[in-house]
Amino acid sequence: MAEIRTEDMVLNMGPQHPSTHGVLRLQLTLEGEIVIDVKPYIGYLHRCFEKHTEAMTYPQVIPYADRMDYVNAMSNELSYVIAVEKLMGIEVPERVEYIRVIMSELQRLASHLLAIGTYGNDAGAFTPFLYCMATRERVLELFEITCGARLLYNYFWVGGLSHDIPVNFQKKVKEFVEFFKPKVSELNNLLSFNKIFIERTANIGILPADYAINAGAAGPVLRGSGIKFDLRKNDPYSIYPKFDFDIPVGQGLKGTVGDNWDRYMVRIHEMEESIKIIEQAIDNIPEGDVQSQIPKRVKPPVGEVYARTETPKGELGYYIISDGSLNPYRVKARSPSFCNLSLIRALSKGYMIADVVMTLGSLDIVLGCIDR
Amino acid sequence: MGILNKLDTHIEQFESGNIIITSADKLLNWGRLSSMWQMFFGLACCAIEMMATSASHYDLDRFGIIPRPSPRHIDIILISGTVTLKMATRIKRLWEQMPEPKYCLSMGSCANCGGPYWEHGYHVLKGVDRIIPVDVYVPGCPPRPEALLEGLLKLQEKIRNQSLARKTN
Repeated sequence: MAEIRTEDMVLNMGPQHPSTHGVLRLQLTLEGEIVIDVKPYIGYLHRCFEKHTEAMTYPQVIPYADRMDYVNAMSNELSYVIAVEKLMGIEVPERVEYIRVIMSELQRLASHLLAIGTYGNDAGAFTPFLYCMATRERVLELFEITCGARLLYNYFWVGGLSHDIPVNFQKKVKEFVEFFKPKVSELNNLLSFNKIFIERTANIGILPADYAINAGAAGPVLRGSGIKFDLRKNDPYSIYPKFDFDIPVGQGLKGTVGDNWDRYMVRIHEMEESIKIIEQAIDNIPEGDVQSQIPKRVKPPVGEVYARTETPKGELGYYIISDGSLNPYRVKARSPSFCNLSLIRALSKGYMIADVVMTLGSLDIVLGCIDR
Repeated sequence: MGILNKLDTHIEQFESGNIIITSADKLLNWGRLSSMWQMFFGLACCAIEMMATSASHYDLDRFGIIPRPSPRHIDIILISGTVTLKMATRIKRLWEQMPEPKYCLSMGSCANCGGPYWEHGYHVLKGVDRIIPVDVYVPGCPPRPEALLEGLLKLQEKIRNQSLARKTN
């Protein structure tokens, strides 16, 4: 039989596509159903964050930091205010630290719930999405009674918080913790150990540990490959050393270490750990002020600083250069989603076209954080 | 006769119950406003609120608003978030691919006018109405799901008052 002449097919996925989690364009080169190359094109949501900061005063940057990674706004604020506080040498009251930790961990729950829900949606399971969003509403309720906003809060300020927690906050959080505990096993029954879901995710998109480190992967993507690295433990900030919690890592329970299912499962376990931290913190919030004594005009001395925190997506760092004026001279954000997205090429090569969607979902990217 | 009640006025029903007479406008508008399929399409922060609105807690399905992935299936495009210059040409193309009659709802300050990126956002389009016609603007950064629902109800109201006949000047 004569040789059949074949040609590679180039397919565009996005920027309007239900599974690209925003406005991302992937250029896929295909050989039949097999992906031989993936090229991500970004910039569809470039909102000029870094240029904006040069025109804003230090506190004015916080709302823009919110809008960077909009599904975990609290963690973004935390990272930024910690950087500015480090630059100015401010010590914040212990009450503030406790509230910040509780808020960040609640935000981690909200972010992971969204990630898991949309991941199920990518696999074609719509029901887990509805369950996750219903649970997520309960978290947003807590944010709403605290600072009035559901999504973008502007709650952490330099040197403290915008205002104190409401009187019934502790009671409400405890109610939520009790409500949330059975939800994890519910989610496991619904999605995690579903045969179809495991078939779609296990042994697909395997990320070896050494490659993950070299590519600068962070967060659940790095931990999914079996590396126990979490900034809350390895480079502690705020009052995280006070709490007792584990760092879940991928174990290759259903396939190989570092596959999509492992990355997904790390998020499920992290939610349990976050609940642990909230439980330890909620009863021990000390009395006191929620704003430390800082000058009204935030004016850090000349210098530069890099502060990093562990957001639900991974390591988020802010590098700030101050020239001694009211506006930062330069703010550079090291976003976890950007580094994680760069893995998509290595993870998708050789797999089927439907697996690209699952791999992309397991990286849990947010385009606001990538394009900034 | 739940459906007939929704058609409100201009209905005449015969005794057998199988024949009803109403105006073409009423019937068409009723059909259009009760199945406004929207695009499965999110741009930025507002998209998360849009997802929250269409999920279990607020449930857009009860208004007949179902997300569809292709622009050729849809009646209404929700511009949910910041429109950058790079995205603007794509949105225009999506709008042109939609079949008539089509409607646009601009959600959030960014899509309305550029929002917080109005002054220094060199890559942000200052309002999606510069490229496509907008029917309803929903303010907020981001708007609450209730606000989005109100905007969609306003759009339904707008569709309810449409007419096939050309207006005389």
